[in-house]
Amino acid sequence: MSGFLAVLVVVLIFIVIFQIAKASEYVSILKGEKKAREQSNRINGFLLIAFLVLGLIGVYWCNDLLKGKILGESASEQGEGVDTLIYVTLAITGVVFVITQIALFWFAFKYQEKEGRKAFYFPHNNKLEVIWTVIPAIALTILVAFGLKHWFQLTSEAPKDAAVVEVTGKQFNWIFRYPGKDGALGRRDIKNIDPSAGNELGLDWNDPLNKDDFMPTELHLVVGKPVKFIIGSRDVIHDVGLPHFRMKMDAVPGIPTTLWFTPKFTTKQMKEKTGNPDFTFEISCDQMCGSGHYSMRGVIVVETQEEYDKWVASQKSTYSLTHADTAAPAAPAGEAKADSTQKAVAANIQ
Amino acid sequence: MSNEATLHSQQEVMHGAHDHHDHEHHHEDSFISKYVFSMDHKMIAKQFLITGIVWAIIGAFFSVLFRLQLGFPDATFPWLESILGHWAKGGRITAEAYYALVTMHGTILVFFVLTAGLSGTFSNLLIPLQVGARDMASPFMNCLSYWFFFLASLVMMASLFVQTGPASGGWTMYPPLSALGDASIGSKIGVDLWLTSMALFVVSQLLGGLNYISTLLNMRTKGMAMTKMPLTIWSFFFTAVLGVLSFPVLLSGFILLLMDRHAGTSFYLSDIFIAGKALANEGGSAILYQHLFWFLGHPEVYIIILPAMGMVSEVLAVSSRKPIFGYLAMIGSLFAICILAFLVWAHHMFVTGLNPFLGAFFVLLTLLIAVPSAIKVFNWITTIWKGNINFTPASLFSIGFVSTFISGGLTGIWLGNSSIDIHLHDTMFVIAHFHIVMGVSAFFGMFAGIYHWFPKMYGRFMNQTIGYIHFWVTMIGAYLIFWPMHYEGMAGMPRRYYDVSGWASFKQFGGLNEFITIVVILVFAVQLLFVFNFFYSIFKGRKLTTQNPWNATTLEWTTPIHAGHGNWPGEIPEVYRWAYDYSKDGRDFIPQTEPIGPNESAH
Repeated sequence: MSGFLAVLVVVLIFIVIFQIAKASEYVSILKGEKKAREQSNRINGFLLIAFLVLGLIGVYWCNDLLKGKILGESASEQGEGVDTLIYVTLAITGVVFVITQIALFWFAFKYQEKEGRKAFYFPHNNKLEVIWTVIPAIALTILVAFGLKHWFQLTSEAPKDAAVVEVTGKQFNWIFRYPGKDGALGRRDIKNIDPSAGNELGLDWNDPLNKDDFMPTELHLVVGKPVKFIIGSRDVIHDVGLPHFRMKMDAVPGIPTTLWFTPKFTTKQMKEKTGNPDFTFEISCDQMCGSGHYSMRGVIVVETQEEYDKWVASQKSTYSLTHADTAAPAAPAGEAKADSTQKAVAANIQ
Repeated sequence: MSNEATLHSQQEVMHGAHDHHDHEHHHEDSFISKYVFSMDHKMIAKQFLITGIVWAIIGAFFSVLFRLQLGFPDATFPWLESILGHWAKGGRITAEAYYALVTMHGTILVFFVLTAGLSGTFSNLLIPLQVGARDMASPFMNCLSYWFFFLASLVMMASLFVQTGPASGGWTMYPPLSALGDASIGSKIGVDLWLTSMALFVVSQLLGGLNYISTLLNMRTKGMAMTKMPLTIWSFFFTAVLGVLSFPVLLSGFILLLMDRHAGTSFYLSDIFIAGKALANEGGSAILYQHLFWFLGHPEVYIIILPAMGMVSEVLAVSSRKPIFGYLAMIGSLFAICILAFLVWAHHMFVTGLNPFLGAFFVLLTLLIAVPSAIKVFNWITTIWKGNINFTPASLFSIGFVSTFISGGLTGIWLGNSSIDIHLHDTMFVIAHFHIVMGVSAFFGMFAGIYHWFPKMYGRFMNQTIGYIHFWVTMIGAYLIFWPMHYEGMAGMPRRYYDVSGWASFKQFGGLNEFITIVVILVFAVQLLFVFNFFYSIFKGRKLTTQNPWNATTLEWTTPIHAGHGNWPGEIPEVYRWAYDYSKDGRDFIPQTEPIGPNESAH
């Protein structure tokens, strides 16, 4: 009923607007085309200049209102470069924006049709055109140069001492794998995946490197220490989005990708910095991946080396969790039977 | 009734004067050959326009639906269940339906409205009229072009009604999501229908595009050198070239996708575990599709914006009574944009793991596009400088176009720089950027074109007052919707999120999302007002009393008010000068058909 009323009100407003518009057409004819045209030019000219002034105030006001809601300082060292580039670009494009919008609306207002005004025949002027080809070209060259400098830094090889974590996307969550004590990730194959046996990634249990790999539900990183993500997907394309660290990389099935960065603040420091006790570093999925895309959330905890070491010591290797019934080292691969532990792990990973 | 008489009193005289033309060119047209399978380019233009309008209403309505979900994620709207059924159980759109709506909104607006509805309409209407031809090079191909588009429309429309719903993987239709029915409900029959429809659409575009190119290259009237063509024609030319060269690549990408779906091939598939089992596909590259898609996808945005640029150039010159500033620079920049459009596609792929060295070239070429774009903006501004501007709805929309093109173009400089793109890629910032620059701008160009050439199409004017209301609400609304959206993107909020309330980093924008949704509804209502004005004016609008209502120089205004098939009743007029002799030598305007006088100054 209320829906029907709402539609009725809208239709009524439509009819009113339409009648007014129709009437104004008759009025303009009775009053004379010329007079009506002068009047509408005056009104629209005024509205254009009002739009410019209110618009520029609005831009300022909007910024005032929302600037506190966007991200603060970059939480990674590499992100600082991105932020600097954003500020430089903002400055250049901001100046161009203000100048061109003012010129556009001011000229429109100033040179509105007036009795007796003659338009100035001005078909071209080579000097002017060269000026506004060269100036943008120079500005853009500067931006390209700065941009590429940062781009090559951001996409460079990770330092040798960087920690390595594997991040794999699936519909609809992230799977993390740490290399364990040996510092190397074991082989895996999509054909070995067996969620019911707790093997979400298809780890090859014949590969000794896999024996100490562990798969937590949250990522833990050490503050100040570079970390390299090895990114993949086991179904569709996902994207590891790290807004606080200004990082992003697609997770593509069949084609591993990487990114690396150095966290600058611990989660605890961020909570203090932002004054938000619930602050969390989140991994968002930034590539449309299906109906659960919006809920594909991962959590990163950045902590000190001591806290990290303690956390690592508390982690059990995936192998030991999935092969709990067979004494670990001599276990023949692939014979693990589902037991309660595995189910717990599987449920945990799901 | 007396009012009607006042409105139409003047037209009787003129109508009498032109009556004999109608008889001269009288064809034995049946209803079918005149209105349905018409071969008259003017009628085909109207068919494209009206089909485009119908699609635009549907596509925009979808955006209202999903904005409701974004703005009010916890509210329920029982009426949604009555129109969407189980897709909105309990009055709340499901995630699957949300993604289907988002996908169809993109597909419909980008392809069916802003490609077919925009360049289809105005290329058809204006190319023969402004170059001085009786019709297209091949009227039959032109007719086919519309009917292939109509078929594509039917198939797309049908996909909305299948049980598993339409395609829902985003308008870019990236595999593997779109290749595997198990990955998403929309990737079942929905994607097959989507691909079929798009294949038909590509056929329509090629038939149309080849026709536009051959017409304007071969059928220009005597004296109409390429450098005397209005900028509209230049922009339609480059648009058609872009389409003809890039749509086939898209089609090839679609065929490979179709084979991956049904023929067991692995062009895009590798190492996939889905629905409890590992697929046998190996060695394919999901990224290959993105290269093929964006090789069209990027030129596509210029296919959308170039016709708008051309029409805005024309309307700004006519309404400020000044020649377009820097005519040759305008053509040069169109040409530069057209070439660069083919060389920047991978800037959509900076975060796919693309080789950074290769990425560097795409950064350079992408930012290079800003130079011709800047030239165009400065030239438009200089065109209105020291003019004598009459604010018709068309000229207001043209000014609005320049404003939104600046705003959206400048954020393109942010996104084209790969280092910034890493942070902003696939966030709401991108949504804000391309909606302003190719959504709102292109629509403004289209509105400018409709208001300006409506008298040519139907021999009547649209109601100006509604036009002004339409312009101001849309202009203010567009900025209110998309300007604050940049901030959501700066915070890293990803695009295509059904609900952000579960995220510590993004949930602070709840209030803003509500606000945006309310503005969206308002702006949508005003678009309906425009649609009403459009259809009402076809039948009841104020009648045209002169052939050339805007005092324009171009050839379309030398045809009779209701031009028959063939456009000019007698000889096609000869052209002696460029299209922009406004306010020259103290004369308000000099039509293109007037020979150069002995004492005339050169431009």
